[in-house]
Amino acid sequence: MDTVKTMQAMQAMKTINFLLVGVGGQGILTASDIVAEVGLQGGYDAKKSEVHGFSQRGGVVESHVRWGKQVAAPTAEKGTVDFLVATEMLEAARWIEWLRPGGTVLINEQHIAPMSVTVGDATYPSNEEILAVVQAHTDDVSTIPGLATAERLGNTRLANTVLIGVLSTRLDVPPETWVSVIEQRVPPKYTDLNRQAFWEGRRLSEPRP
Amino acid sequence: MPKTKVRTAQRLLSGNEAIALGAWEAGVRYAAAYPGTPSTEILPALAQYAGVRAEWASNEKVALDSAVGASFAGGRALAAMKHVGVNVASDSLMTLSYTGVGAGLVLVSADDPGAFSSQNEQDNRHYARFGKFPCLDPSDSQEAKDFTRMAFDLSEQFDTPVMLRSTTRLSHSKGAVEISMPDAPREITPLPPFERHPRKYVMIPAHARLRHPEVEKRIQAIAEYAETCPFNQVEWGDRRIGVISCGVAYQYAREVFAGFSFLKLGMTYPLPQGMIRDFAAEVETLVVIEELDPFIEEQVRAMGLTVIGKQFFPATGELTLGRVREGAIQAGLPVVRPELQPETDSPALTIPPRPPAMCPGCPHRAVYFALRKLNMLVSGDIGCYAIGVLPPFEKTDMLISMGASIGMAHGAKQAGSPDKIVATIGDSTLFHAGLPELASTIYNNGAVCTLILDNGTTAMTGGQDNPATGVTLQGESTQAIDIEATVRAMGVQDVWAVDALDVKGVEQAIKEATAIEDRPTVVVVNGACVFTPQFHRRPVVEVDPDVCNGCGFCFRVGCPAILKSTEIDAKTKRPKAQIDPLLCTGCTVCLQVCPRNAMYQVHEEEA
Repeated sequence: MDTVKTMQAMQAMKTINFLLVGVGGQGILTASDIVAEVGLQGGYDAKKSEVHGFSQRGGVVESHVRWGKQVAAPTAEKGTVDFLVATEMLEAARWIEWLRPGGTVLINEQHIAPMSVTVGDATYPSNEEILAVVQAHTDDVSTIPGLATAERLGNTRLANTVLIGVLSTRLDVPPETWVSVIEQRVPPKYTDLNRQAFWEGRRLSEPRP
Repeated sequence: MPKTKVRTAQRLLSGNEAIALGAWEAGVRYAAAYPGTPSTEILPALAQYAGVRAEWASNEKVALDSAVGASFAGGRALAAMKHVGVNVASDSLMTLSYTGVGAGLVLVSADDPGAFSSQNEQDNRHYARFGKFPCLDPSDSQEAKDFTRMAFDLSEQFDTPVMLRSTTRLSHSKGAVEISMPDAPREITPLPPFERHPRKYVMIPAHARLRHPEVEKRIQAIAEYAETCPFNQVEWGDRRIGVISCGVAYQYAREVFAGFSFLKLGMTYPLPQGMIRDFAAEVETLVVIEELDPFIEEQVRAMGLTVIGKQFFPATGELTLGRVREGAIQAGLPVVRPELQPETDSPALTIPPRPPAMCPGCPHRAVYFALRKLNMLVSGDIGCYAIGVLPPFEKTDMLISMGASIGMAHGAKQAGSPDKIVATIGDSTLFHAGLPELASTIYNNGAVCTLILDNGTTAMTGGQDNPATGVTLQGESTQAIDIEATVRAMGVQDVWAVDALDVKGVEQAIKEATAIEDRPTVVVVNGACVFTPQFHRRPVVEVDPDVCNGCGFCFRVGCPAILKSTEIDAKTKRPKAQIDPLLCTGCTVCLQVCPRNAMYQVHEEEA
């Protein structure tokens, strides 16, 4: 079993799994494009995977990104995600079992009621209930005022860039790489705002005095 | 001539983008497709390259037929479609196998294990065996590019169509691809005049009988080639387990069985039987890991070999790392990180489901609201309006394939169904397969009421143009086929045209149209999809909490922008309505149905 053990050690050491989750229309696919591209430019092999089509119409959207020396599968599996990034509160709870014990959870403080709640078939859980479920898997949970920060900057579409800013502080790729990838990926007229949103995100992760 | 400089770089490409790049590198001249998840993005990617004519065809058979013509005329050609699209194209495909090709022809079939955005999860590798042509099965973006490029050479070498089979996970995953872009644009030489080969290209019975033996000879020759095909590779490791795998399943297997031996098949039909026998002889336990059907497994068993396969790695749904690991553990095979066996604990919190919903501003909303109110039997079709089957509308009673809405409604009526039945079909779906069905009901004195939901785009797949939109894939303007004039010209005398956002108007038109019971009627519902440039946001709607009494009527229009407020009405004890101004598009469907006039549109100057 020696070969197997070596491979096991290699994989455990080298693959970083991200799972970005949210609601159709929130820009998850662009955000995960950015994370994957940063990985590649930061010297890792990178893969990302998502599903388009029917579910995108207001349904759950999830996108996997993996960085590593050599990434095989384009998706991680339950219990192995290092960074769970949720652009919506409820989705953090839905996907929490994918996190590895002790992994990092970043949650945008935004609620989007599913149709099941609006038509009265289900109840949207409270923030306390959601956080309790999430915290049962890890102590490393941050709720981030992504939407509020974006609104302050003048465009709600910037919320994901704020989250990416926070995420960037947890990884070894320099912020300049993140900024340059974001600049390539967003429409030119929004580059300045996105740069600002990214740095706001980084600032949000600084320890508060 | 100075040599062209070539720059190499590594870029993240989706499987679909990589297929497009591979085809372009192979010098494809003509490509056609009908949009279908997960294949859709291949053609828009190809349309960006100079020297390729890329088109949206009105359906998959038309796409393949056009590619066949290009190939016979001497230009390399590609047709792309989703798995069920190949069913539509299969009439031509089965005989294309007999004719063979002129210049290389590649059919991309993008299967959808897991049926993420499809009506079934059929395994299209069977088509390769059925039609006796090769199937290539790449496992990542790099291979998607390399295999596609090489598929054109194979096609010409063996005078055969070649199927490149993708899956949702391959098409929509991105991975690093080594690309080399020449600095100079590709030179396009004009095609020579058509070379006439009636015995090869004109499949009258006498010629077909002559071609059939050629097909049998060809598949034998390709099977021999498979033994040395560079896409079939043995990777030796620990020989206690030998895994035969292909496609994305190989990537999962590679992680779960890291360190063991692999036979990685890039060509999944015909199989390299010699290679498989040699591999099997060297390993203790032979395992086949493939998505969907036991396609390889059954052929390996037919060779007299013992394998572990579908018994542990299910034929239904998409495979994942977790499912491959679980299957391996159940089969008693040693795996890497067995501790990752999925937990079965039920979550501590009930998470409300989030099914797909019609977007705020969607032009289908008022139609399904009316259909529910009028309690119609609805024969539906493929498109965003299929969401009408879900709450709060629950108004689709049958749905099976593209264009089938009209034929099913017709059949139900002709058989004597007492229900009031309507067919609902979108603009793109109408041109795909709806028109022959409409012709048939008109011809047979049918009395189907057809609602044509013209939202000006092919919406579900992300907004592609179609014969009714007036724009081609290459961005040129073209004749927009007038739907109303078309159905009138076909002989439908009773045609209504209504504004999709006029709730009363839509209901009235459906009532009038379905009141006619002795001849076919059509209601064309016009309203732009919110993702098209023709759609314009209007001032958002707000709820006056002093007037709203929480009756809940507006919740029944199924709009994601309408929420339950925390404010409870004192009399009804029900939550009042509230509108999310970020999501509202100002379509006013909710305002029109509110029985208490509790909603109003915020004027621009106030907003």
